[in-house]
Amino acid sequence: MSLLLGIGFWLSCWALNAAIAHSRFANRKSVRIAVPVLFGLAILGLWQGIVTGFSVPEVILPAPSSIGAAIGANLPILWVDFVQTILKGALTGYTFGVAAGCFVAVLVDRVPFLRAGLLPIGNFVAALPIVGIAPIMVMWFGFDWQSKAAVVVVMVFFPVLVNMVAGLSASDRMQRDLMATWGGTYWQTLTKLRLPAAMPFLFNGLKISATLALIGAIVAENFGSPTLGMGFRISTAVGQLALPLVWAEIAVAALAGSVFYGFVAAMERAVTFWHPSQRGR
Amino acid sequence: MKAAAVLGVLAVIVALWYCAAVWLNAAWTYDQAARNGTEVTFTLLLTDTMAQERPVLPPPHQVVAELWKGLTAYNITSKKSLVYHGYVTLVSTFSGFVLGSLLGILLAVGIVQSRTMELGLMPWAVISQTVPVVAIAPMIVVLSNSLGFGDHLGVSNALVSKTIIAAYLSYFPVLVGMVKGLRSPDQMQLDQLKTYSASEAQGFFKLRLPSSVPYLFTSLKVGIAASLVGAIVGELPTGAIEGLGARMLIGSQFGSPIIVWAALFAAAILAGVLILIVRVVETVVTRNMGVRV
Repeated sequence: MSLLLGIGFWLSCWALNAAIAHSRFANRKSVRIAVPVLFGLAILGLWQGIVTGFSVPEVILPAPSSIGAAIGANLPILWVDFVQTILKGALTGYTFGVAAGCFVAVLVDRVPFLRAGLLPIGNFVAALPIVGIAPIMVMWFGFDWQSKAAVVVVMVFFPVLVNMVAGLSASDRMQRDLMATWGGTYWQTLTKLRLPAAMPFLFNGLKISATLALIGAIVAENFGSPTLGMGFRISTAVGQLALPLVWAEIAVAALAGSVFYGFVAAMERAVTFWHPSQRGR
Repeated sequence: MKAAAVLGVLAVIVALWYCAAVWLNAAWTYDQAARNGTEVTFTLLLTDTMAQERPVLPPPHQVVAELWKGLTAYNITSKKSLVYHGYVTLVSTFSGFVLGSLLGILLAVGIVQSRTMELGLMPWAVISQTVPVVAIAPMIVVLSNSLGFGDHLGVSNALVSKTIIAAYLSYFPVLVGMVKGLRSPDQMQLDQLKTYSASEAQGFFKLRLPSSVPYLFTSLKVGIAASLVGAIVGELPTGAIEGLGARMLIGSQFGSPIIVWAALFAAAILAGVLILIVRVVETVVTRNMGVRV
């Protein structure tokens, strides 16, 4: 019965989506938000229907309702884990990594030898599985959040460096010549022309590394962690078969990741409003 | 000129690494000397920091030696051989890459063909990547163990979970690249097909699909690197005893940094080789499609 309800809910959401996606309001902002929200609700409804319909045991897949109950019951735990992993581990590392990446990029840009030599290496390293340094960082900096932040710094550094170096050469010859005819110094050219011109590239790197930061912070907890943190909680709760709690942590991680990414995207819109890809929104 | 610059920077990195190794490993040397009541001379400091059993930072030659030993000293089916562990990781990387690429291509076709899919699915594809996959990894392991997909397919359940994690990470770049690629034919070309009175399907197979190939390969290169990350990450919560990720875990549990570094370098080599293979396939395919470089 609940299975049929779930499928029916899913189908009706789909039909409604198809209707509004092809209606004449399809380009309104409200529709652009409503369609994916309905899509997500439909999946949740189908999930609930399947789990209750087939009475799937909770150790395999808990229903959305019991995950919701677990979130409500474990708010303090979820909060300390969030502070430990996201705020202390990921955000600290992200800030330092981005700052270091930008600084080194300006330095590399100044020295042609470095640009020729460091950039291919940076490109290669950016494609490597850098998460592998997690055990090394845990050995060096101990179990607490400092080692997690260190992993995140290294993971974030290379995408930011590569994109920032590409961005610093984005202004064209003509624009730089114009700055020269105005007698602009290196620093004036850098702050008034080249850094602003590099912003679209920088934000590209920032968005890539926003997701990497969370991955790094959680993976590092597999190699040793104090008795809190999202990665720690998930692996211990899996061991205790407390699956609703696991899914609650996953929901928090998903929410934190999406908000983080959304924040970077909103910053991008505010900073690079002049760029063609941001106009007309 | 460019090669010289790369080599120069590499040389500087290696030199810095050696200096850092001396600096970081010195504490242990001084400690030992104080315990034995001996004096630390400069030459002793240099030789000792280069050859410690458990250095804080192993110098490059120790890492290379361990890597070389792991690659050549053992039979390649031995549990000590890095070739064996690399192969285990490679299998799950590759199966995840194939699954993820297929999924990415199928979703991209759906998104290009259906407006509902585009509006409804695309934001969720972005959100799926902001969810740290490692958070889900233990979950996937439990699910694939209790559902026992692997038993039906005749492979281990660990491989199934690693494949799913690798696919989760690699489908997104392929999806984004394919959507861009399938939309790359311009209005003029679409109009021309219309004047030939081509059907929707003909337009898809004769115009959209071929013009998406360059975009596909660009994103396949990103995808296979992501897939390797997924395979390594997937080995951590599975408690796996084989694979490069498991090797790192073992090294960290036994407090032996040299093993971790060797596994890290093996993973780096694997990543380089995989990207190179995709590049070779790209060259062959695009040349056969008539691209002149």
